[in-house]
Amino acid sequence: MSSLQQVNPRVRGMRTSPHAALQSLAARITQEITQEITQEITQEITQGAQRSFKEVIDLTSGDPQRAGMKSISFVRQVLAACLCPHLLKDTSLPLDVRLRAQSLLDSCDGGSVGAYTPSAGLARVRQSIAEFLTRRDAGAPSYSRDVYISAGSQVALMLLVKLLASGEGETPTGVLTPVPSPHTLPGLLDEEGVTLVPYRLTEERGWALELSELHRALKASRGHCNPRAIYVSNPGIPTGHVQDRKSIEEVIRFAAAERLVLLVDEVYQDSVFGSEFVSYKRVLFQMDKVYSESVELVSFHSLSSGRMGEGGLRAGFMEAVNMDPEVTRYVHVMLCFDISAPVTGQLALDLMVDPPKPGDASYDTYTQEILSARATLSHNAQRAWQILNGLPGMSCQPAMGGVYLYPSVRLPAGILEQAEMLGVEPDVLYCQRFLQEEGVLVGAGLHHGGDTHHLRLCVLVPPDSLEEALTRLSSFHLRLVDRFSQCNGVKDKDEHGRSVRLVETTFEGSTVSAQGHNRNE
Amino acid sequence: MSVLQEMSPNVKQMRQLEYAVLARQAIRIREELKQGVRKPYKEVIDVCWGDPHRAGIKPLSFVRQVLAACLYPQLVNSDKLPVDVRQRAQRLLQECCGGSVGAYTNTRGIPKIVHRVSEFITRRDGGAPSPPENIYISPGSQWALTNMLKILVNSKASTRTGVLTPVPCHSTTTLSLEGLGAVIVPYYLSERQGWELQVEELQRALESAKGVCNPVALYVINPGNPSGHVQSRKSMQEVIRLVSEKRLFLLADEVYQECVYGENSEFVSYKRVLAEMGPPLSDTVELASFHSASKGYMGECGLRGGYVELVNLDPAVMKYIYTIFSMDTCAPVLGQMALDLMMNPPQPGDPSYPLYDVEKQHIRTALVHNVKTARAVLNSLPGFCCQPVEAGIFVFPRLHIPPKAIQKAKEVGMKPDTFYCSRLLEEAGVLVSPGCEYGQKEGTFHIRFCIMTPQDIMEELLKRLTSFHTQFMEDFS
Repeated sequence: MSSLQQVNPRVRGMRTSPHAALQSLAARITQEITQEITQEITQEITQGAQRSFKEVIDLTSGDPQRAGMKSISFVRQVLAACLCPHLLKDTSLPLDVRLRAQSLLDSCDGGSVGAYTPSAGLARVRQSIAEFLTRRDAGAPSYSRDVYISAGSQVALMLLVKLLASGEGETPTGVLTPVPSPHTLPGLLDEEGVTLVPYRLTEERGWALELSELHRALKASRGHCNPRAIYVSNPGIPTGHVQDRKSIEEVIRFAAAERLVLLVDEVYQDSVFGSEFVSYKRVLFQMDKVYSESVELVSFHSLSSGRMGEGGLRAGFMEAVNMDPEVTRYVHVMLCFDISAPVTGQLALDLMVDPPKPGDASYDTYTQEILSARATLSHNAQRAWQILNGLPGMSCQPAMGGVYLYPSVRLPAGILEQAEMLGVEPDVLYCQRFLQEEGVLVGAGLHHGGDTHHLRLCVLVPPDSLEEALTRLSSFHLRLVDRFSQCNGVKDKDEHGRSVRLVETTFEGSTVSAQGHNRNE
Repeated sequence: MSVLQEMSPNVKQMRQLEYAVLARQAIRIREELKQGVRKPYKEVIDVCWGDPHRAGIKPLSFVRQVLAACLYPQLVNSDKLPVDVRQRAQRLLQECCGGSVGAYTNTRGIPKIVHRVSEFITRRDGGAPSPPENIYISPGSQWALTNMLKILVNSKASTRTGVLTPVPCHSTTTLSLEGLGAVIVPYYLSERQGWELQVEELQRALESAKGVCNPVALYVINPGNPSGHVQSRKSMQEVIRLVSEKRLFLLADEVYQECVYGENSEFVSYKRVLAEMGPPLSDTVELASFHSASKGYMGECGLRGGYVELVNLDPAVMKYIYTIFSMDTCAPVLGQMALDLMMNPPQPGDPSYPLYDVEKQHIRTALVHNVKTARAVLNSLPGFCCQPVEAGIFVFPRLHIPPKAIQKAKEVGMKPDTFYCSRLLEEAGVLVSPGCEYGQKEGTFHIRFCIMTPQDIMEELLKRLTSFHTQFMEDFS
């Protein structure tokens, strides 16, 4: 395979998000800063650092612990005791921690987290999850046989997509996908040779899902692919929109009528402010039998988001409702060759769905930690929304849930031109400049076409990090707008009142290559 | 609205593991035992997976202490843990993003850990350099292998992609290939020569592929699974020359490299042999080698830590490898750390060293003893023939199944060796896996079981197997 030609064309065609390139840049800058600091110390350079910032603030990863949020004590104590069972005798660990750890270890083969588990996950954890789902959905029953544990929700989603993907030579499978969507989704679909059928969310209505748009998208797809599924994220990623019951019902009826499998990403269900989260399953079960007994629904949840924030432990699950038992068999087979949900992650899932109860030794601490994180998220979302809406050219829908804000940005013509010259997307260029000048990493939105560009900010970070980042953003954005509206003496309108092209005459070095957002390293 | 009719043909062709049948049976038996149903045994001895902890081996204390401290850093300050454990945990936590095992890491893995993997490889291979940018840490070696296959297997070509695969071969690899729509081109290991790989057989396999598929890669497992064979340097050189000549990508699964105990056997990596062969081969043969924290004395299958090292790949191709690996955020952090601890264990002089050494030696002694005993017992039973086992954690003896038993198996709709395993499970409470799971020459039968178990469990197992086998042969004579 020394020739590029031999690489699987499907892989060559995979779309990558610009995020990787931005992250590389951030890593490089961080490294440079570390070197600079070392140099300053050793050579006693007294002149001010050329940079205005001392460390990079990352608001993109949706990874709370990376950003500095604390983990939940109960979770870490139980897992430590599971790893190191002689801690079970340690009385400094609360009693409920030790009891739970013992109980979890008893469900592991060989009493060890180092043993393989059944491919769909530990039976005991699947059962805990089923019970949690039943409670969550006010009694609408869930069964452990319909629960599959995987190494994160994306892995489970990939499995479903793989299942649905048609073979070669036939009309490719299509999956209706929201715009905007999680930035890894297009690549995931590309990898399986599945066609992405975009349906636009309506920004002016808080990124709501419109039935008419679903119909339009479906119609447009006919003839060049065979749509078999619809992907929804609720709460929306990165929009933060939380669907109401009526909207969910509409989608379910649409999926039923068009014979689409519903793939519902509900990983941020624990992070909803104000309105109430109601799951697709719950709504489905309250609808008429003709829907509740036939619509194929797969919903996804994960350790990585919201309350637990334990991305590094790598575990999630999916619940498959109304799935044909024959198809279920294949799900099991596919899980067999990807034995990948680490046991520690599986156990953490148990803790997520079955946390300490009132009366348990850990209950108070646990509750305090959860409420504190929730309050932080809510406060941050509000604060960021305020600031963003106050910036010229920026407009942000209120987040109803999730951990992201997704403001639209009207970029000055000069940036658009510069972007075109450099061969990068304008919002990516904005993010790069912001990173270089102010040391804050935010995500670029998916290009929607036309003049609209967006940014993606994760707000589940310690409040002072957010405050600092927002200050730097304001400063950067105002500077940018200012710079582009006066061009070294050239007025924006000539003496006849005609608009003159605005061009920034001072260039700042950019380390972006001409390939821009397709670059991976 | 059933999805079945429209399911991907690649997925439909993935066969179900024989194990599924036996697993269901084992669940039923365990239930019955729990409910007090009388049986000739009190518990099921489960040795069908390469899973030492499941089989009763204890984890290494040092590893678990460090990982526990990383999970719950309050332990780092307590004096309950040895000093070197605390120091190691502290350093590992500093290397994590956000100082936490709960944060995602870079796609390739925590940079300092990737570096240390690179240093381990260089040490192991007598100084051959191992650039960190060629290393990807993954949730287990199979995951990395599947990613490589996704790059190699061209699902759009009119001629299907072929991958040469050994017979016998462990099932996860073959399942992956089926799922990706690749053609498996089998090459038979030579049982009579201790499951040796013979290059003439590779030639024959390639010939057989003409007109059927386009072979792009050769998959080798060394030390072998389930064969337990360790390749000689000479054999490896022959393989390297062949892949060079036929322009095949070499996939070298080396996860059992820690477990070599045959008297005249020594593990040497494909990378090392390749490097020693010098240019032009050493600069051109494309190689991916895989290793894991799941096998070896650590046996931490559940933590999911492994890596792949890539050699001589075109930089343009490396770009796509990064793309594929980045589709999944990263390997679990605890798995990455487990890998690191495997490659950098306590050294003489460290406070944890004495206990670590004792535990490791204990496991190794049990393993060596078990291999000897198992082989001796198996070879003494009529109808069994077990090749020498030089490495790895399995035995894969050949089994003669009498025609009457073959007939009975047919009647109940099972393959003959699966039938044997099913009866063994039912009557003796021992769960092993049938040779058909791994592939075998037509008309031959085998069983595979894990021998990395505590000694007393192996003795019990062999006792039960002996009495069952004797009865079985009588019943079906």
